[in-house]
Amino acid sequence: MTVIINSKPAIKEVVADLESRSASETTGSSRIAHSIRKQGSYIWYILSSNSVSLIAFTLFILLVLLAILGPLIVPYNPLATSAVDALKSPSWSHWFGTDQLGRDVLSRVIIATRLDLLISVTAVAISFVFGSLIGAVAGYFGGWFDKVSGRFIDTIMAFPLFVLAMGIVAALGNTVENIVYATAIINLPFYARVARAEVNIRRDAGFVHAAKLSGNSDFRVLAFHIYPNTLPPMMVQASLNMGWAILNAAGLSFIGLGVRPPTAEWGIMVAEGANFIVSGEWWLAFFPGIALMLAVFTFNLLGDCLRDIVDPRQRT
Amino acid sequence: MDQKILEIDNLTVEFMTRNGSVTAVENVSFAVKKGETLGVIGESGSGKSVTSLALMRILDTNGKILSGELVYSGVDLKRASNAAMYDIRGREISMIFQNPRGSLNPVRKIGKQLEDVLCQHGLANKYNARKKAIDLLATVKIENPTARFNAYPHELSGGMCQRVVIAIALACQPRLLIADEPTTGLDVTTQKVILDLVKDLTTERGMSMILITHDLGLAANYCDRAIVMEQGKVVESGCIKNLFLNPNHPYTKKLIRATPNKSSQLNQLLPSESRSSCTSYLEGSHQSASFNHKRREPKNQRPLLYIDRLTKEFPIRNQIFRLPSLMSFGKRPKEVQQVFRAVDNLSMKINYGESVGLVGESGCGKSTTSAMIMRLVDSTEGWIEFDGTDIGSVPAKHFARSPIRSKLQMVFQDPTDCLNPRFTARQSISDPIIVLGSLNSKRSLDKRVDHLADLVGLPKKLLERFPHQLSGGQKARVGIARAIALDPKLLILDEPTAALDVSVQAVVLNLLQELKCELDMSYLFISHDLNVVRLLCDRVMVMQSGRILEEGETGKVMVEPAQSYTRDLINAIPHPPELVPQ
Repeated sequence: MTVIINSKPAIKEVVADLESRSASETTGSSRIAHSIRKQGSYIWYILSSNSVSLIAFTLFILLVLLAILGPLIVPYNPLATSAVDALKSPSWSHWFGTDQLGRDVLSRVIIATRLDLLISVTAVAISFVFGSLIGAVAGYFGGWFDKVSGRFIDTIMAFPLFVLAMGIVAALGNTVENIVYATAIINLPFYARVARAEVNIRRDAGFVHAAKLSGNSDFRVLAFHIYPNTLPPMMVQASLNMGWAILNAAGLSFIGLGVRPPTAEWGIMVAEGANFIVSGEWWLAFFPGIALMLAVFTFNLLGDCLRDIVDPRQRT
Repeated sequence: MDQKILEIDNLTVEFMTRNGSVTAVENVSFAVKKGETLGVIGESGSGKSVTSLALMRILDTNGKILSGELVYSGVDLKRASNAAMYDIRGREISMIFQNPRGSLNPVRKIGKQLEDVLCQHGLANKYNARKKAIDLLATVKIENPTARFNAYPHELSGGMCQRVVIAIALACQPRLLIADEPTTGLDVTTQKVILDLVKDLTTERGMSMILITHDLGLAANYCDRAIVMEQGKVVESGCIKNLFLNPNHPYTKKLIRATPNKSSQLNQLLPSESRSSCTSYLEGSHQSASFNHKRREPKNQRPLLYIDRLTKEFPIRNQIFRLPSLMSFGKRPKEVQQVFRAVDNLSMKINYGESVGLVGESGCGKSTTSAMIMRLVDSTEGWIEFDGTDIGSVPAKHFARSPIRSKLQMVFQDPTDCLNPRFTARQSISDPIIVLGSLNSKRSLDKRVDHLADLVGLPKKLLERFPHQLSGGQKARVGIARAIALDPKLLILDEPTAALDVSVQAVVLNLLQELKCELDMSYLFISHDLNVVRLLCDRVMVMQSGRILEEGETGKVMVEPAQSYTRDLINAIPHPPELVPQ
């Protein structure tokens, strides 16, 4: 009987070997292609199950395409002025009309997409990376770092955020980079707080103990086991934040900080157009405003959709 | 006496989900007579809770009573208006839920919650509500009810919370009480006290009760009649004695077989055709005896694990909010700190190839002890020696890099909680091999994981699944596969079957026994269930408030316990009547 017991693993090993051989025949590249296809069909499954997600995703793709292809598809040079065409209302030749210098509003709105998205994406990326890093370390290790970083973040949040951003840009200088830094700093506390809370509740979870028993160091436990689990709420935060970041950048430009004329940017365009609303030239402020609203709307809707995609529990 | 208080006829309940409708309960019929206790027995997912929720008309919004009649003493519950249902709930039929702490409002004093129920149903006004509430607390035998009136749920133990829930359920003198797994998660001794209390109160008042449970022992001890449910259908019903002595349906037989009792042996828990070679090898002989001679001779005279005067103290935080402690970053002002001794001068040893049980009620320090042995927590004092090496002096922080790390592994209590929700089963099992193992290539790693899955009987196609796509038993297998991935010498099993159904528990226990003899491991089995410990362990230690109270051969401790505490523990286990061999 003992012989049978001992021979059991041996037979299994042979079987396992045969199976792994047949599995390895499928080449590496086809495996990658397969996983991409699988991921793609999964994303499609998430989108098709929820029409709001589908709308948000379509709008998002549209925004990204406009940002990338903007210069190729614009009908006019966004900076070319023409005294003859000044303040023309929307028509077939100028869909969104022209501004006080005769520049085509449609072209300017399209061109502005790239700059506005770039500012908000970079700002959100910076605050996501640093905020979640600070939050995760504070939540996992606690102690003095938690206390110091917590109070520091409270200090940032104690300021009216837009005023703080204004202060930062005014102090550092009136450039696009500084708008990015200012936006990143005022958004950082949200990520730090979410990350800290999400890491903290998982710090004593069973799978974390199990990971420690598997010989993972504290760094590995935090980076590979806990941190990925905090992604779903962080994704929602990031997407909502994209909307705020766009508004923030536009807001700073509106009051004359950051992006300077004649650069096409939604905030400046709204600011400049605002002067003409009283005299009836509504299209100057209206179209960039709509673009701004649509972008913010898209990112707010996209949050739920992104959470569904990064959360494996949705996979059934 | 034979008057039917509740009749359910052909009840079918459906849930609408994204993947179409799911029938949770199908054509269930039963009746409850006045004054009787009806047991509803079934494993998780059998639809027993859904039946009771449908009865109270508190199904989730996606659930729907498709067909069937629900009649409660002349009232058609299916067609009754919502207003009528408000009156019936609590007043006529009331419910005790599974998680007592969860069913109490955490921010309201328990006495106030009792008053609310009384006032809601017009049984008290604001002048006498307090007195009536205190009387009720006294009825459920809460000591010093006047003082407890002002307690919040978090200040009470689980058992006390359940008493409060019972007091609330009984406040309006209902005629039917539905108890949905009322003692899951409570210690056996508390369970006995609580159920005895419920039984006394219901008998005293001539109430009927529906006791929903997965524990056949409980049903046998507290019910007059019972129905057995499987996958939404009633498979068998009848008088409790008949059900146990002459079960007709194969599912009932399987359940009864899987429930450990005083004399059952491990391999008997499974149906005969699914016993594996290793356990059938043991058949006929008492398994602990058979392991004694199979056990390898110790390499030297030292035990595998030797623990001497191990102590763990936790500081007790001051309840009062103090400003200075917030201001001083990390450095507390010097003061005499009060400490709580979770583990007190504990000494024990585990020999090579031995299974030792550690038994005790919640809060006795079992988990702290296991965490210290596993080097997840530092001890305050004491000596831990493993395989001839002192591991107690290595700080828990640095133990991850110790070569001994792979030799000490653990299977956790909650199979869901112990798996990373973002890791597939394969990733979970391979994690320890990647970190500590010596396998380099992806292929040999995959092979090893496949082999481990084979060992624990996990189908290979399940390896690519995430934990939420696996059943409880499958998750338990993944947890075990991960624990044995590095060929540990000592495996700590922290109530590995507490969250599992009895039939799954039977399979997992057999699997553990099989693995032990195949991989030559030692077990430290932590549990509150002496019946399960008896099946798996050679030696048992009984622990109470941080100390070892009693220690000895499992058979001896079970039959003639030296301490009264052990005797109480053993007596509190509800036993089903012995199955007559067929």
